[in-house]
Amino acid sequence: MRLFLQYAASGLATGCAFALVATGFVAIYRVTRVVNFAQGVFAVLAGMVAYTLLALGVPHVVSEALAVVAAVAAGALVGLVAIGRRGTAPLASLIITLGLGIGSYALLILVWGDQPISFDGLKGNLDVGGVGMQMQYLLVVALTAAAFVALGLFFDHTYLGRGLTACSSNPRAARLVGIDVRRMGLVAFGLGGGLGGLAGVLLTPLQPVSFNSDVGIAISGFAAAIFGGLLRPGAALAGALVLGVAEALVAGYGQASLQSGVALVIMLGIMIYRAGRRPLVASDEDTA
Amino acid sequence: MPRVLEMHDLVVRYGQATALDGVSLEMDHGEMVALIGPNGAGKTTLLNTVCGLLQPVSGGYRLHGRIAQVPEGRQLFADMTVEDNLRLGAWTRRARDPRAVYQLFPPLAELRRRIAATLSGGEQQMVAVGRALMAEPDLLAVDELSLGLAPMVVDDLAEHLVQLNRASGMAVLLVEQNARLAIELCPRAYVLEAGRIALSGSSAELERSPAVRAAYLGGVTDEATDEVA
Repeated sequence: MRLFLQYAASGLATGCAFALVATGFVAIYRVTRVVNFAQGVFAVLAGMVAYTLLALGVPHVVSEALAVVAAVAAGALVGLVAIGRRGTAPLASLIITLGLGIGSYALLILVWGDQPISFDGLKGNLDVGGVGMQMQYLLVVALTAAAFVALGLFFDHTYLGRGLTACSSNPRAARLVGIDVRRMGLVAFGLGGGLGGLAGVLLTPLQPVSFNSDVGIAISGFAAAIFGGLLRPGAALAGALVLGVAEALVAGYGQASLQSGVALVIMLGIMIYRAGRRPLVASDEDTA
Repeated sequence: MPRVLEMHDLVVRYGQATALDGVSLEMDHGEMVALIGPNGAGKTTLLNTVCGLLQPVSGGYRLHGRIAQVPEGRQLFADMTVEDNLRLGAWTRRARDPRAVYQLFPPLAELRRRIAATLSGGEQQMVAVGRALMAEPDLLAVDELSLGLAPMVVDDLAEHLVQLNRASGMAVLLVEQNARLAIELCPRAYVLEAGRIALSGSSAELERSPAVRAAYLGGVTDEATDEVA
């Protein structure tokens, strides 16, 4: 039982990080109808930037915050290339993000090499009912919860947030009332970058990242995001927690190497189930 | 009266297909003008061009003031509240308080927390008009006000438009399939056919024209037959 709780706790923590990545997918998809395949890169980039800043002697919190800012900038940059040109079809933008994601490997290897890197997170353990939990797990859970509350307030109670929601609700009407839908798309990409980056700085102390870790992170995040059809952040959060715990249990009781298969199996299962109902990824006509 | 809209030889294409083929049209500030014509004549294309959603191939238009559109099929933010819909109408403005719209359409004040998709057609059209008004337009372009609505609801909305026009001097460009309604409301009208202005003039003149009567006002009546004969 104690072992189970420990697996579950670590699973919840990684699940929270997946949830942040998943929400990044959702934020971008809702506004632009683009599935951003570079989503995992933001996490890797932020992890590596934080690592370098910490190595240079920049204190914790500041390093991580700057790394998230870097991820926001990377997100906006990916958005600019992917949707900056007027009339780019969502499926074309999707391929662009895929290309940028793979292309980023060169840059990451050039700057940080090809070996996994990590840094220390919050030290210490907390004893919860006889189960020792790493403080870093609690930090991940607390910050994810805070991020979700902040996102909820932002989308529901700010005018910019309502404008983003309007672009998702009816892009044609959004243009009619004078909303610059492309600029909102860039805001969404920046937001997606920031969420990916936050996941990255939280996750790197738990599992070291290397240049190509983005694939695993993106697959887990995407698998969680499609729980809600790429549109509902709440469902993505639930999906991410289920996924995180399932992976931890498979790794704990089974084999660690099977861990990443869980996300793939869940993702394929949902996609096959939904494929018969309606297309998951918007085709070009849907956005016309 | 100074012009609110001047359009000169406007040509708009969708790929190879020409939707507007040299349209010229003028409207004064405070004027109510009807644009009638059959399906596919280019009426909606004309509105969308003036609202900046489409780029003309040649010719051009000049707006003296702000324009807001009540689009065909209402195009609300369906999963958002009435109040959100209204406030988003003021995206380009500083004043985002929908109180004036609630005064104009009191039922909306009570529905403000409702999700737009759950409203009746008439209520949704009120939201669509209200959302456009939030932009404080000098020219309100209304695309198919009457579509899919009960006659009583249409009359009520039409009455509101006329009053707004009189009270605030807001110009109204009314695109309508229901030509009789449009001609009754607006003193002046244009007839658009296959991307060209086929006829224009005062509504009274157009009403007497046999061609308009035959095509848009419910077929040939005795009177019209007499005129033709």
